[in-house]
Amino acid sequence: MVLKKLTEAFGPSGFEDEIRQVIYEEVKPYADHVYTDALGSLIVEKNPGAKGTKILLAAHMDEVGFMIVNIEENGLLRFRPLGGVDPRILVSKVVRVGEKRHYGVIGAKAIHLQQPEERTKPLELNQLYIDIGAKNREQAENLVEIGDLAVFATEYEEFGDRRAKSKSFDDRVGCAVLIELLKQPTTLPLVFAFTVQEETGLRGAGPVAFRVKPDLAIVVEGTVCFDVAGTPSHAESTKQGAGPALSVVDGRTIGHAKFRDFIKGVAGEEQIPVQYRRTVGGANDVGAIHLTEMGIISAGISVPTRYIHAPAQIIHLDDYENTIRLISAVLGKIEKGGHPIQ
Amino acid sequence: MQNDKALLSQLTESVGGSGDEGEPRKILMDKVRNLVDEVSVDYLGNVIMRKNGEGLGRHPRIMLAAHLDEITLIVKKIGDGGFLRIAQVGGFDPRTLLGQEVTVFGREHLYGIIGSKPPHLSTLEERKKSVPLDELFVDLGMAEAKVRELVRVGDRLTIRRKTMELAGDRMSGKSMDNRASVTALAICLEQLKKLRFQPDVYAVATTQEEIGAFGAETAGFRLQPDLAIAIDVCHGEMPGVEADLAKKLGDGPVITFGPRIHPKLYKKLLDTAKKARIPFQIEVSQGPTWTDADNLQVVQMGIPTALISIPLRYMHTSVETLEFSDVKNAGLLLAHFIANLNSDFVEELTWYLKN
Repeated sequence: MVLKKLTEAFGPSGFEDEIRQVIYEEVKPYADHVYTDALGSLIVEKNPGAKGTKILLAAHMDEVGFMIVNIEENGLLRFRPLGGVDPRILVSKVVRVGEKRHYGVIGAKAIHLQQPEERTKPLELNQLYIDIGAKNREQAENLVEIGDLAVFATEYEEFGDRRAKSKSFDDRVGCAVLIELLKQPTTLPLVFAFTVQEETGLRGAGPVAFRVKPDLAIVVEGTVCFDVAGTPSHAESTKQGAGPALSVVDGRTIGHAKFRDFIKGVAGEEQIPVQYRRTVGGANDVGAIHLTEMGIISAGISVPTRYIHAPAQIIHLDDYENTIRLISAVLGKIEKGGHPIQ
Repeated sequence: MQNDKALLSQLTESVGGSGDEGEPRKILMDKVRNLVDEVSVDYLGNVIMRKNGEGLGRHPRIMLAAHLDEITLIVKKIGDGGFLRIAQVGGFDPRTLLGQEVTVFGREHLYGIIGSKPPHLSTLEERKKSVPLDELFVDLGMAEAKVRELVRVGDRLTIRRKTMELAGDRMSGKSMDNRASVTALAICLEQLKKLRFQPDVYAVATTQEEIGAFGAETAGFRLQPDLAIAIDVCHGEMPGVEADLAKKLGDGPVITFGPRIHPKLYKKLLDTAKKARIPFQIEVSQGPTWTDADNLQVVQMGIPTALISIPLRYMHTSVETLEFSDVKNAGLLLAHFIANLNSDFVEELTWYLKN
């Protein structure tokens, strides 16, 4: 089960070794050429040098995580996030820490010991720490060191109506879509890039795009979805089960309208449900790729993900499958009809 | 030791909210059946484990009480879209609920997540406030009609948590409060197999402690013991908590002193620990202990009562953390206390005058 393998792998931004190796094992049988670049992105080529529109398909393999920044006298670990995490969701959660993946818990003062006014204030990062069970600094230093990384300990499971939960669907779901697309036959020269450090500022995708110099780029993401209790429809960004979400505008990109319309047209012809991503916040690797060199025509296609950047995230498996179908159909159409914009 | 840890894991991974203690009750009863003379369950669901003492004459009657229930959540409303609104049975800090994975005990066991707004959509203002219980919702990833079929108002739910072994001898999980003490009871009963003792022992896994220690009250009435010892958890030391309110993990079980505690029992527990070379700590209370001890003290004509606690960090969260040696030593202390108990000591318990 590729979604399980990918989401449970360890890989905070800048430290993608484990997830990169997991993806490498998955793509190896289907790739013509596999290599990594200076930042650690994994680049997989299919039909290199072939005639036709060269398309870069990119998904980031890093996830939000934490870095241990201090080991206290009492053996507790101070940490700071890598990527955007709301400290309110950290309390009473479990993480895996360091090379050995030690269990650690993020505790909180018992409610019995709190003043009433404390209870309404969120715990801030400087009040939180990871407890790995060490009695003191010496014992802790035998197990972890400053600079060690941590990620949420959540496991993949399917539940409800075609739902799956895990950590890091942002953006391991995009990585899984790419792996499935790589397995499909095509004559196009395709480049599949599993990029690093998206969560700390879209760092990995630009150098990849510069190296690959594609004619078109498609970024596959797990994006914000808040179609939940009491949220008005204009504030939900995306809706689960309503199909892949096409980016229009986000914090780093004004989307390429013609390319988006082309994709929407293909979805219509193939009767694949699609929706627009209806929020202007957030960003993805398109922000870096579309400004590379003289500019690259790009599109963002996302699987709606509830509770993104939280320990347990949810996707709808129909959306995941429809994202694969949609991009596959887009590639098929370009394979037959050539570059859709020029 | 490894067996005892396995029992604690099994008990903490089982789910038994106040008044709904069936799962852990079964695990405990299966475990102790061969260790005692009789196991029974009373009207409130208390598990009463009797182990007879030796010798002629009247056997002192000692009751041990460790509560079996845990804090849980309950479905208050099935809202639009099939999202559940929740209330609590026992005291949660709502701030520790956001983003948790839960199991809802509907007609089937259902997986859910207590939803959180992603930082991409929340404003800075919002992030300065904690989310109150009223605004939390449970996402079952299921259409409303199906949710209504499978879930009813009043169904329980609880945080899903695998019990973990941390560094050294420490363990973390949910409901260490108070399955740690239930485990100590089992350790005590096992230990008693190796010891000779006079008292008839009634080890009771009590119900409904988290909502007012109700099980201990009725079990105390039924058993009419000469003395009772409650075993519960106390706060474990952590940053930002005053030293007298929290005890060190791994420094031994905690013996409580204060108005709810019979002074002679307190002293006898200290003496027993010293004699048996069992490490211990002292906690002083000035009123309620918020444990079964409070209720046991005033049952019928009153019961001489003591309290032994296991230090626990992050109480009432899903990552309650303890050091297992404290659980083991609490069990040993109880067993040695029982072995040193005779009818003379018991008769003097109610005599406060000097003659």
